[in-house]
Amino acid sequence: MNELIYFFNYVVVAGSVTGSIYAIGAVGVTLIYSILRFAHFAHADMMTLGTLIVLLLTMAFPHAGDALGLPTAIVMLPIAMAVTSLIAVGIDRAFYQPLRSHGVKPIVMVIASLGVTLMLQGLIRLFSGTGAQSLYVDARKEIFRIDLPGVTRPIILTEPQIILFIVTIVAVVGLHLFLTRARLGKAMRAMSDNPDLARASGINTRLIITLTWVIAGSLATIAGTLLSLDVAFKPDLSFFLLLPIFAAAIVGGVGHPYGAIAGGFLVGFAETLAVFNWSVLLRPIRDSLPTWLELPNNLALVGTEYKIVVPFFILVAVLIWRPTGIFKGKVI
Amino acid sequence: MTASSQQQSSPQQPSPQQPAPQRPAGPPTRALPARELLLFGGLAIVVLAVFATMGPAYSTRMLVEASCYAILALGLTIQWGYAGQFNAGIMGFVALGGFSATFFSIPVNPAFWASDLPGRLGWVLLAMVAVTAIVFGISRLDRIGVPRLLRTILAVVAGLISYLVLISWLRSVTGDIESQVEFIGGLGLPVWLGWIVGGALAGGVGYFIGHICLGLRSDYLVIATLGIAEIIKAFLKNSDWLTRGTATISPLPWPVPDPGEVGFLTARALYLSVTVVMIAVIFFLLHRAYHAPWGRMIRAIRDNEVSAAAMGKSINRRRQEIFVFGCILMGIGGAALTSFNGLFDPQGYLPLNHTFLVLVMVILGGPGNNLGTLFGAVLVYVIWIMSGPLALSLMHAVTALGAHWFDWQPGNLDSRALQARVFVIGLLILLVLRFAPRGLIPEKVKHHD
Repeated sequence: MNELIYFFNYVVVAGSVTGSIYAIGAVGVTLIYSILRFAHFAHADMMTLGTLIVLLLTMAFPHAGDALGLPTAIVMLPIAMAVTSLIAVGIDRAFYQPLRSHGVKPIVMVIASLGVTLMLQGLIRLFSGTGAQSLYVDARKEIFRIDLPGVTRPIILTEPQIILFIVTIVAVVGLHLFLTRARLGKAMRAMSDNPDLARASGINTRLIITLTWVIAGSLATIAGTLLSLDVAFKPDLSFFLLLPIFAAAIVGGVGHPYGAIAGGFLVGFAETLAVFNWSVLLRPIRDSLPTWLELPNNLALVGTEYKIVVPFFILVAVLIWRPTGIFKGKVI
Repeated sequence: MTASSQQQSSPQQPSPQQPAPQRPAGPPTRALPARELLLFGGLAIVVLAVFATMGPAYSTRMLVEASCYAILALGLTIQWGYAGQFNAGIMGFVALGGFSATFFSIPVNPAFWASDLPGRLGWVLLAMVAVTAIVFGISRLDRIGVPRLLRTILAVVAGLISYLVLISWLRSVTGDIESQVEFIGGLGLPVWLGWIVGGALAGGVGYFIGHICLGLRSDYLVIATLGIAEIIKAFLKNSDWLTRGTATISPLPWPVPDPGEVGFLTARALYLSVTVVMIAVIFFLLHRAYHAPWGRMIRAIRDNEVSAAAMGKSINRRRQEIFVFGCILMGIGGAALTSFNGLFDPQGYLPLNHTFLVLVMVILGGPGNNLGTLFGAVLVYVIWIMSGPLALSLMHAVTALGAHWFDWQPGNLDSRALQARVFVIGLLILLVLRFAPRGLIPEKVKHHD
């Protein structure tokens, strides 16, 4: 039983955490893709930017959350979402809009987004330095231990993880309701299906593009903040997020929000399972194994230092066998 | 879809009132036009100014590095400029080239070859080949009547088990190598052999990536190359048994006499002559290829894929070809750069220095124009080198003011100042794309009426 609890703590919980982060990030990427038709590489840095804003606000008002009983960072999240959305719209107006009106190829937009990536990275590191900082300024993470009868090892959940699950569910349900019920959401889906037809039927495409950036910026802030609450804020956060997020978006089918969510969890769990040391689970049956079969101490599929291989492998596998993604995305 | 500025200019040209027959069919102009002369003259003045202020030894080093970057930039210009494929993982190919140069050129480690470790390592590698063959065979079992589902399950299970066995075997061997002899050492062969193999390795990885991505949307190639570059770096950084990892390897031998023998300036000048000869050869070959039917076909594919396919051109194979050529050049350039630095440090390969800097060189100089690419490479590298001290002094001035006014005391100033350069490079990319999408020396698109 102890081993199962260990498995739960280190795979189910950890996989859900990374899966949720990737899912929220991939939804942003896929939305931008379906409306603007290019892979937005600066998305991971937008996450970092949103988190940096949360961090700065938290440092300015470290005790704002005490009244609500929540971490200050969560209280500051809506403000940071608004600011990040504004910045995202500003970046679009300043850099992407002119290129779009020139009618450049999508790949040029991708290069432009790489330029934006560098700009954001430079700015973020200029302001925050290069070290890691906790989002719990002047406060302490609460850790919940749930003891089950008959086992010595407790199930461990931390406060940020619980917040993360709640916020992820709220965000996903909210996005679903928006896309299926709201007028603007339907307009957005129409535009992603056929931009020309959408424009011809009187949809304000400029407004939709702005809205897309607002949603993408907000989601990026949520994902980055929740991840940093769980671990810590690092300026090179984006570096570890970029490949998994794109793998998630492609696995789910590009331009397909629900697919992106599924892809996010798939990539998150795959990563966690791949670095999990399986010999822990086999330990109870070790004594009953025949003598010629000696189990090594490390049965992880890949070492933690090669974690980045996992999303890449998934990406390659999907591109080879099913380039449209598991949910039949729009574009290959 | 295909409405970049390069194509926008072409339909305007064959207008009826244009005197078409006056245009000769050969190269458009024999003499170098004023634009190129002016730009290169300005560049020469800048380089001379650097020579005058920083001393010849420093400036020669800068020129050698710029020439290595020029090889990288030529690699990217055939991928991005000739064929419209964007490679965002130049760093990985540079690192591969650098590793190969290091591995071939550094002295043999006698302790390793005297032990039983080479044999064990050889057995593991042999077993890997054998297991790969077996698993591949199992995956083809459906040819002899095994149901497809059963074949898939068998292949996956066999692959997983043999992978786990092999990886634990490899871990034990490499662990012993690290604890007994530190690392496997080099081969003690001439450097140029390492450069050639580095190019071949990079080309092999390029083939693999291109094979997967080139039939798909161009965005996927960007993602895949970004990923493979990070994986190559992670592998080189963590394989202590092969590369000493973070402990780094130095010094690396040069293909020309070392500074210890003939002095800094002469050695660097000799090295520079080697790289310049390489660039001249590459440039000549590229020039011939560009104006050959092959080059026209590549540009046709870039500019109008559908009609090129309708003319019977094999789009994916040509794309594959050019992507691999570009990667080979990047591997060779990276090998030359690493050998010159005299230090193999896997952590020293950074996306900014080895991917985005090259990107700026190409798009600023003129993608698809070899001369423009060379110009961009030297110019951007001079600015880049000079901007380091400039950014530092600027940062010190700003923080002095900040401390004076707001009592602002940021830590590790130097690393922050260097981050300012990241911002500038990003801004430069965006400005060039916006205001000079064809670069300073644009590609000359020939028109046949």
